[in-house]
Amino acid sequence: MTKPSSFRWSLPALLCTASVNATAMPLNMTQGVSDISQQVYNLHMTIFWICCAIGAVVFGLMFWSIFRHRKSRGVTPAQFHESTKVEVIWTSIPVVILILMAIPATKTLIAMEDTTEADITVLITGSQWKWHYEFLDHDVSYYSLLATPKEQINNRFAKDPNYLLEVDRPLVIPTDKKVRFLMTSDDVIHSWWVPAFAIKKDANPGFINETWTRVEEPGIYRGQCAELCGKDHGFMPIVVIAKTPEDFATWVATEEKRNAEAKAEEQALLAMNMSLEELMTVGERTYLGHCSACHQPSGQGLPGIFPALKGSQMALKDMAGHIDIVLHGKSGTAMQGFAKQLSLKEIAAVITYERNAWGNNTGDLVQAADVNAALQGKGD
Amino acid sequence: MSGITETVAVDEHHDHKPKGFTRWLYTTNHKDIGSLYLIFSLVMFFIGGTMAMVIRLELFQPGLQFVEPHFFNQMTTVHGLIMVFGAVMPAFTGLANWMIPMMIGAPDMALPRMNNWSFWILPFAFLILLSSLFMPGGGPAFGWTFYAPLSSTYSSDSTALFVFSVHIMGISSIMGAINVIVTIFNMRAPTMTWMKMPLFVWTWLVTAFLLIMVMPVLAGAVTMVLTDKYFATSFFDAAGGGDPVLFQHIFWFFGHPEVYIMILPAFGIISSIVPTFARKPLFGYASMVYATGSIALLSFLVWAHHMFTTGMPVFAELFFMYCTMLISVPTGVKVFNWVATMWRGAMTFEAPMMFALAFIVLFTIGGFSGLMLAITPADFQYHDTYFVVAHFHYVLVTGAVFSIMAAAYYWLPKWTGYMYDEKLAQWHFWCSLISVNLLFFPMHFVGLAGMPRRIPDYALQFADFNALISVGGFLFGLSQLLFVWVVVKCARGGVKATAHVWEGSHGLEWEVPSPAPYHTFTTPPEVK
Repeated sequence: MTKPSSFRWSLPALLCTASVNATAMPLNMTQGVSDISQQVYNLHMTIFWICCAIGAVVFGLMFWSIFRHRKSRGVTPAQFHESTKVEVIWTSIPVVILILMAIPATKTLIAMEDTTEADITVLITGSQWKWHYEFLDHDVSYYSLLATPKEQINNRFAKDPNYLLEVDRPLVIPTDKKVRFLMTSDDVIHSWWVPAFAIKKDANPGFINETWTRVEEPGIYRGQCAELCGKDHGFMPIVVIAKTPEDFATWVATEEKRNAEAKAEEQALLAMNMSLEELMTVGERTYLGHCSACHQPSGQGLPGIFPALKGSQMALKDMAGHIDIVLHGKSGTAMQGFAKQLSLKEIAAVITYERNAWGNNTGDLVQAADVNAALQGKGD
Repeated sequence: MSGITETVAVDEHHDHKPKGFTRWLYTTNHKDIGSLYLIFSLVMFFIGGTMAMVIRLELFQPGLQFVEPHFFNQMTTVHGLIMVFGAVMPAFTGLANWMIPMMIGAPDMALPRMNNWSFWILPFAFLILLSSLFMPGGGPAFGWTFYAPLSSTYSSDSTALFVFSVHIMGISSIMGAINVIVTIFNMRAPTMTWMKMPLFVWTWLVTAFLLIMVMPVLAGAVTMVLTDKYFATSFFDAAGGGDPVLFQHIFWFFGHPEVYIMILPAFGIISSIVPTFARKPLFGYASMVYATGSIALLSFLVWAHHMFTTGMPVFAELFFMYCTMLISVPTGVKVFNWVATMWRGAMTFEAPMMFALAFIVLFTIGGFSGLMLAITPADFQYHDTYFVVAHFHYVLVTGAVFSIMAAAYYWLPKWTGYMYDEKLAQWHFWCSLISVNLLFFPMHFVGLAGMPRRIPDYALQFADFNALISVGGFLFGLSQLLFVWVVVKCARGGVKATAHVWEGSHGLEWEVPSPAPYHTFTTPPEVK
């Protein structure tokens, strides 16, 4: 699994890495930008200081014993070994401290779990390895994918300041509104975590979780998937942009218009034929964005987990099966359906690409109309 | 008990033992089996440690350098499985085999042939697990907690091997636990009443009960994963009427008591060592026993604190938060009792005591982060970050592993008949102590700053701390080679150890010569 080529240069790089990549890291939990996140931060600091105080007393006594009650000072050891009074005291005092901690924790928890009376609702769906956001009150929905180029991850290009914490299409929410999030998943368990909102909630396949936030300041907030969800778990960032309600309304209007235009373009495409060259260009881009994480840029897959496309029977012969699996996925495997995620043009292009790249030279052309026909056929 | 005295007349050759390879393969002697377990555990500690070094090498700087993410996940998974089931648990079982009969005045374990089996199936379990790494698609890559459906529907073909190896580990643990329980119940010297039993024996008795209660639950969980993957059942698949969160309930009903299985015997070890080197009786023996029992009982009521983010009803979250916080009370009593044992003692600081003192301080720090994790609203921020990684490595490495090191130094003269090299042991201690804190302490900060666990690559802000952590990791790994050196050197000879070994030591194991004869107690000893 090691890569000898990268090994050679990475050793010297290891030595100077610290100074090259130095970016200030906070040493504590973020206070965040919502009332709840502030409460959580205060709770965290309270327990932290209580622990420090207990630690100072216990370790202080221990080190005092180490200094004063050691054999080299010629002390004679005492022989006491019981005291009901003392033992009752150091059982009951911690109980009191715990009760004092539990009261604010209970209050905060109950507030966190109150998802009623939300102003807007966003359905968040996790899948390997992307997030899908759907605004239930508006006609807006889209996928959000890692935007960091592979070249940066493989150390061929210099890394951007927001390395691994940037996406192609961030989630946009309004400030000063109660935003309710519904979480679910298409495949395995993911976890949607944005520290600035103090939200971390699992996205479980087949079930819906809910949580909420009310963001006070406009800004860009970043997070990551927090549940091991397979190979690309580390490459599933979350970016949320909080806009003022006015800016948010403008954004929604633009998005809705963009959606409508895209649909119109789809319809126009059905009557057109694209050239092999064009299909291959769009296909390669789509493949690298959506398929190469599993099937590898070389189309060879990962033996035992993700099947190869290069030289596969499906890519060489069974065109109907090929279109069907890209549209609808294969249940019980990591292969998901792309009918919702990609446009007809992109699906047509990526199938054409897979049938003609890496020496699969079938010469097959798949057009948006073919894909649409397969999609309609399935619906009947 | 009369049976024991009758056999004595027959068995006159105290040190008679078979020679060569068959001695170890066929052995039913508790000391041989104890040694086998300890050596096996040390080998596994280094194999699991090597995997940790692969992880730390990859995380030394941002970007992907040495391994692919899929292989990285296999390393984190197998590292966890090996350290839990291959290093820590067998080490405690090895100590139990060696010490429990000697501490309670018994001639051997109660079920010696089963004892042989429970050890010898273990190497095969780990051969199966390790060989799965070389299969197409690689070994298990779903974390040691193997959450479904990642481990069922979406896993590679080696999952069957993973499941069978976990089954064998479980069978081994259950057989070991049955042996401990039967030995303690039936083979104590007649005058050794329950409340005269050494605390190591007490903590192991409670641990053994935990083991036979929860290992079958783990076996159930892995079997359900197996049938979901290969036989089209839907325990954890919503499409077939199952629930992926059900997996976590089952897993953590095993998993939470499991973390106490890995720490209760450590409490017993520390409770033996601190009084010896403080030259004072253990403070609050009775409350130590009750605290052990309370911790064990509470461990069954808190499993869902691993699952606060799965979306539980708020009242369930409150219940599990309160119960979890409550565990800090009996655990605190133990720490206070150890400190009170040291108070006004006459302490010396040989290697076992140094490890025991480090255990108390560092385990307590792990306890503090545990208490912080118990607070549900804050747990949402800590969960699945490096803060958790820091927490459980403080309790498992500077807790369980340090206690095992302490135990090894404490009883090594009794096992080998020679004193270990104190100077080298002190070097081992200080190197371990400094490097282990360099390794795990900064993890608290990267966790709070927002670095998720189990990621092969990270944002630039975490770069400096990860480089520091990796350096700590490599140093800690290297320090353990010193330990092997000390142990090998001690086993090969040196200054003869007396029967009593340590000035302040009490208990039956110190009444017999060092090294202890192959068959120790032929007549039940008198307990004072």
